[in-house]
Amino acid sequence: MALLELEGVEASYGRIRALRGISLVAEKGEIVALIGSNGAGKTTTLRTISGLMHPAAGSIVFNGKHITNEAPDRIVQLGICQSPEGRRLFTRMTVVDNLRMGAYTRSNAGEIKKDMDRVFELFPRLKERRNQIAGTLSGGEQQMCAMGRALMAKPKLLMLDEPSLGLSPILVETIFDIVREINAQGTPVLLVEQNAHKALEIANRGYVLETGAIVQTGTGKELLESAEVQKAYLGM
Amino acid sequence: MGGGFGPLLSFLATTRGGLDGHLVGALRKARSSVQSSLVTRVIGIALAAVVIIYLSPKVYALGPSYFLRIVAVGVALGAIYALIAIGYTMVYGIVELINFAHGDVFTLGAFISLPLLVTPFWHLTEETGGGWGIVLPLIAVFLIVMLITGLINVGIERVAYRPLRNAPRLAPLITAVGVSFFLEGVMYLWKGAVNLHYPDLLPSNRFVGGTFSAKDVIVIVAAVILVAGLAFFVNQTKLGKAMRATAQDRDAARLMGINIDRTISATFFIGAVLAAAGGITYGLYINSVNNGLGFPIGLVAFTAAVFGGIGNIPGAALGGLIIGLIRATNDGYVDPQWTDVVTFAILILVLTLRPTGLLGMRVPEK
Repeated sequence: MALLELEGVEASYGRIRALRGISLVAEKGEIVALIGSNGAGKTTTLRTISGLMHPAAGSIVFNGKHITNEAPDRIVQLGICQSPEGRRLFTRMTVVDNLRMGAYTRSNAGEIKKDMDRVFELFPRLKERRNQIAGTLSGGEQQMCAMGRALMAKPKLLMLDEPSLGLSPILVETIFDIVREINAQGTPVLLVEQNAHKALEIANRGYVLETGAIVQTGTGKELLESAEVQKAYLGM
Repeated sequence: MGGGFGPLLSFLATTRGGLDGHLVGALRKARSSVQSSLVTRVIGIALAAVVIIYLSPKVYALGPSYFLRIVAVGVALGAIYALIAIGYTMVYGIVELINFAHGDVFTLGAFISLPLLVTPFWHLTEETGGGWGIVLPLIAVFLIVMLITGLINVGIERVAYRPLRNAPRLAPLITAVGVSFFLEGVMYLWKGAVNLHYPDLLPSNRFVGGTFSAKDVIVIVAAVILVAGLAFFVNQTKLGKAMRATAQDRDAARLMGINIDRTISATFFIGAVLAAAGGITYGLYINSVNNGLGFPIGLVAFTAAVFGGIGNIPGAALGGLIIGLIRATNDGYVDPQWTDVVTFAILILVLTLRPTGLLGMRVPEK
């Protein structure tokens, strides 16, 4: 049984149809990449899984449970946590408080502390800046804080929306290393990226979205070598 | 309701921002911040100079003990305004609604407390009153009234604001005005449109040559305790932090598993708890309440909230204090008939010159 399974999911913003029947699968232990250009529906897919939007048709099953019309707070409790596009930190709170907000649905103080230490291990920069107001962090640090915050929910599936957006090349490198590290420690990742090359390099499998529909799928390697993907997304 | 309402409503309707939008975000963006802060500073200093030159001979002529008396009254009234202003600012911070019914929630607190002062367990009237014996019953009355009023406000949010959460922002603003009329109407049917005597229970001993009364001190201490409790709740507890998170970024809060319906309810509850405490305090201090009290006092408290920086809790407390002092000064040294004019002139000046208020956001939003 797949960890997450979307079946024919449709969603729209008012009269604009953003998703036209998305079906995709994420298995335990995988990194799955969603790639596509602006407006293809990548973020909308994540918002629909998170429950910020409800699909007009189709079903979403997580861990054997229908979550199609669940509220976002319930979905977090079930084990999906998202680091949203644009980071969306609580800019007037400290780094530590942001991380604590990530653990909002949890109550075991000892385990929360342990996960906080784990986040600080992954992101030593955050430890240095733990008492700084999040809005004053640099872009890369904010991205680390957003990923750390999502990890604090101890998700069974971590969703990352454009983690490399707006970062310097060296930081992009770091962020992708950390995504791989998070996955190696046992957390499946659903990764949305414009940086298709990097995303497909670390992904087990990938899906290519175009105007709200999946047009191609395969392993990361297959997609990297596919002529269409190379032409459209890798600039070759 | 005042006549200036229509323009205010349309003004508020035309100023809409994003999740963190401020009252006059458009205005703020329209000009360079350097220029505007310079202009604001010059005008502010000029105004302060004029006021000081105008007032100092009067202050000198009337003597120091009169001045201290004015300060005491100003701080005490300011403390009450602060209790109300915090509710305005918290609700605005989390749902971007100017809750025009908030002043009436304040009056409702005073009204609910009136029958509760006399129960089989205690009998708080002016005949029996006085002494330490009233302390515990009075605290009990405070707690009961705060709880009841808080729950009523949670109900109001459920009925009048939540169904409109995704509607254009003018819609809940109008229902807020409707709730205001409704509450005033209910209190009118309950007690009539007369000035009700509120029992004078607090001791009126005076200190420092008659300048400070025990009443002033008790009112100020009560407000300080309540605001300190609020600060602890908002900064230290999980629910309090969740409220701040919801105010800062609603969708991000939902993605953290925060049930925003619950945090919004909690915000309305706490706003009403403080307003109700303010209502009782006002009754004990002024000894007279009526069903229409909430609207004028609410507008003054709203001014205080804008003055301090709408959405900012310490700002609301500070704004309340300053507005209380300004009003007391005007009452005492100029002419009480001009006090409302001065208050709302401040509202206009703040909105045009420094829409983010005294303690407006200093941190970039995104």
